[in-house]
Amino acid sequence: MTAILEVEDLSKSFGGVRAVHQLSFTIYESDILGLIGPNGAGKSTLFNLINGVIAPDAGRVTFRGIDITGEAPYRIARHGLARTHQIVQPLANMTVLENCTVGACFGRENLPLARARQVAREMAVIAGLEDRLATPAAQLTIAGKKRLELARALSARPTLLLLDEALAGLNPTEIEHMIGVVRRIRERGITILIIEHLMQAIMSLSDRIIVLNSGQKLAEGVPAVVANDSSVIEAYLGDPALAEELHGEA
Amino acid sequence: MLRRPFFWIIALVIAVFALAPVFAGDVELRESLLLATIYITLASNLNLMLGYAGYVNFGSIVFFGLGGYICVFLMSAHGWPLAAATLAAGVAVSLLALLFGLGILRLRGAFFALSTIGVNEAVKAFVSNFEPWGGASGLYLSTELFEPLGGAMQALWIIYFLLVAVMGLSLYLSYAIKTSKFGLGLLAIGQNEDAAAVLGVPTPRYKAFAYSASAFLPALAGGLYFFKSAFIQPADAFDLALSTEAIAIVMLGGQGTITGAAVGAYFYEELRGWLLTSETFSHFQLVVAGALLLVIVLFFPGGLMGWIYGRWPRLRQVLE
Repeated sequence: MTAILEVEDLSKSFGGVRAVHQLSFTIYESDILGLIGPNGAGKSTLFNLINGVIAPDAGRVTFRGIDITGEAPYRIARHGLARTHQIVQPLANMTVLENCTVGACFGRENLPLARARQVAREMAVIAGLEDRLATPAAQLTIAGKKRLELARALSARPTLLLLDEALAGLNPTEIEHMIGVVRRIRERGITILIIEHLMQAIMSLSDRIIVLNSGQKLAEGVPAVVANDSSVIEAYLGDPALAEELHGEA
Repeated sequence: MLRRPFFWIIALVIAVFALAPVFAGDVELRESLLLATIYITLASNLNLMLGYAGYVNFGSIVFFGLGGYICVFLMSAHGWPLAAATLAAGVAVSLLALLFGLGILRLRGAFFALSTIGVNEAVKAFVSNFEPWGGASGLYLSTELFEPLGGAMQALWIIYFLLVAVMGLSLYLSYAIKTSKFGLGLLAIGQNEDAAAVLGVPTPRYKAFAYSASAFLPALAGGLYFFKSAFIQPADAFDLALSTEAIAIVMLGGQGTITGAAVGAYFYEELRGWLLTSETFSHFQLVVAGALLLVIVLFFPGGLMGWIYGRWPRLRQVLE
C-alpha cells in the first residue's frame, strides 16, 4: 500500500475555536477513505486545509511525496488533487461543458483547449450529464449541480478526489445513481476521500473510516470496527437513532 | 480562426471604417469615426477586465492618458518618430499595469474598483507636478512634427488609419483571448473566482495578465490621439468621466461580448455627438450615460447582446 496523502499534526483555529487539532492520518492509493463526524467536527475545514483554500496554523500535508502545505489551491489542483464542494459552486453562466472544460484545462494534465473539451465531454457522460452539455450551469437542478461538481472535478483527471457531501440533498434514486458513479470512479484507480452524513452509503462505500469529533480523530478503522467503537457511539449519542443505524450496518 | 464568421465580421468592420471617409471624401465623417475608434478601443479593452474577469476598472483611462504622455514626451523632448514613440508608450504602460495589477488585484469588488480610481488620481497628481512633462499646464507639440508624415493634412489621415488599426487589433485581441484557454480561465474567474482557483486557474497571474493586456492598445490610442491634438494636459489625459463612459458602453452593449462593446461604443459616440451640439447643456451626454447605466443595470443586466441572444439564440454561434 502506497501512501498518496499524508496529514501530520494538522491544526487550525478560528478565533478561540479549534476547528482541526493535531490531526494525523494517511490515505493509501486506490482506497476510499470515509470521513464522518457530527456537525462542526471540522470535516469541511479539513478539506479546505488539504486543498489550500485556507492555510493551516501548524502541521504538514504531503501529497504523493510533495509537501503541499499552504500552497495556493490552483497549484494543488495542478498536482492532481481535485475536490467537490458541499455548497455547490457552479460557474453559473457557463454551460456544463464549459464548466468541465475549465476543470480539464487547468487540472493535472494542463490540457490544451480542444483536448480538454474531449475529456470534459467524457467526464460529463460518466457523471450522467450527457444530455445537459449545452445547458447553463445555473439552470441545473440541485442533483444536476452535484453531478456537475463531480464531473468538473473528474475532468481534472485527479489522482485524489475529495468529495464533500456529494449525496446531501438528493432523493433515494439520485443517491443510488451517485453511489454507482463513485464506485465507477474508484474502478478507474482514483483514490477518494469522502465526507458523508448518510451512514448506510458511507459504510458500504468506504474501505476505511475516520471519525472526527471537535477537530480530533476519535476513531479509525474498517467500517465494521468503527461502528462498534464505544467512543464513536458515545459521540453520536446525541442522536440515538443514528447510533442504532451504525449498529445495524455493522 | 480564419474559418469562423466572426473573424470576417471584424475584418468587414475595419474595412468600412477605413474606406467610408475616403470614398465619401468627408473630413467631418472621418473625425466622427475617429472618436468612434477611440471609444471602441477603450470599451473593448475595458471589457477584458469588466466583461471577462468580472473586475470593474473605474480608472481604465489612466492607460490612455499615460500612453499619450509618454508618446508626446518622447517625440517632443527626444525627437522619436511617431511609430517608435507610440509603441514604446504601449509597452511601458503595459509593464506598469502588470506591476500595479499584481498589487491591486489582490483586492476584490468595490475595493478593487476604488483602488483603480486611486491609481488614476495618483498618476494624474504625479503628472500635474512633474516638471519634465510640463506639470499642470501640459506639453505642446510643434506642428513641424507633422512634416515627416507629409504635412498636417496627410498626417491627419495617417493618424486616422492607425487608430482604425488599433481599433481592429482591439477587436481581434478580445476575440483571440475569448477563444483561448487564457480566456476560459478569465471567464471562470468572472463567474466565481474561488471555484476557478480550486479548479486550477492561476488566478493572480491571469488577472494581472488581463489587466496588463487591457492597457496596451488604449495606450497606443492615447499616443496617437494626443499626437493629433499636438497638446496634452493632465485634465484631458486622465479624465475619469471617459472611464465612466467606457463602463456605461460595455454595460450598454452587454458585458463580456465583443460585438456589444463595439456596437455600444459606436452608438454611444453618435449619441454623444448629437447631445454635445446642445448649447444649453455642455457634457449633457454624461447625464444620459448615467441614466442609461441605471436603466441597464436595473432592467437589462445582459445589455444589448443579452437581449439579442434572448430573442435569437442561434446568433450566439455567429456573434461573440
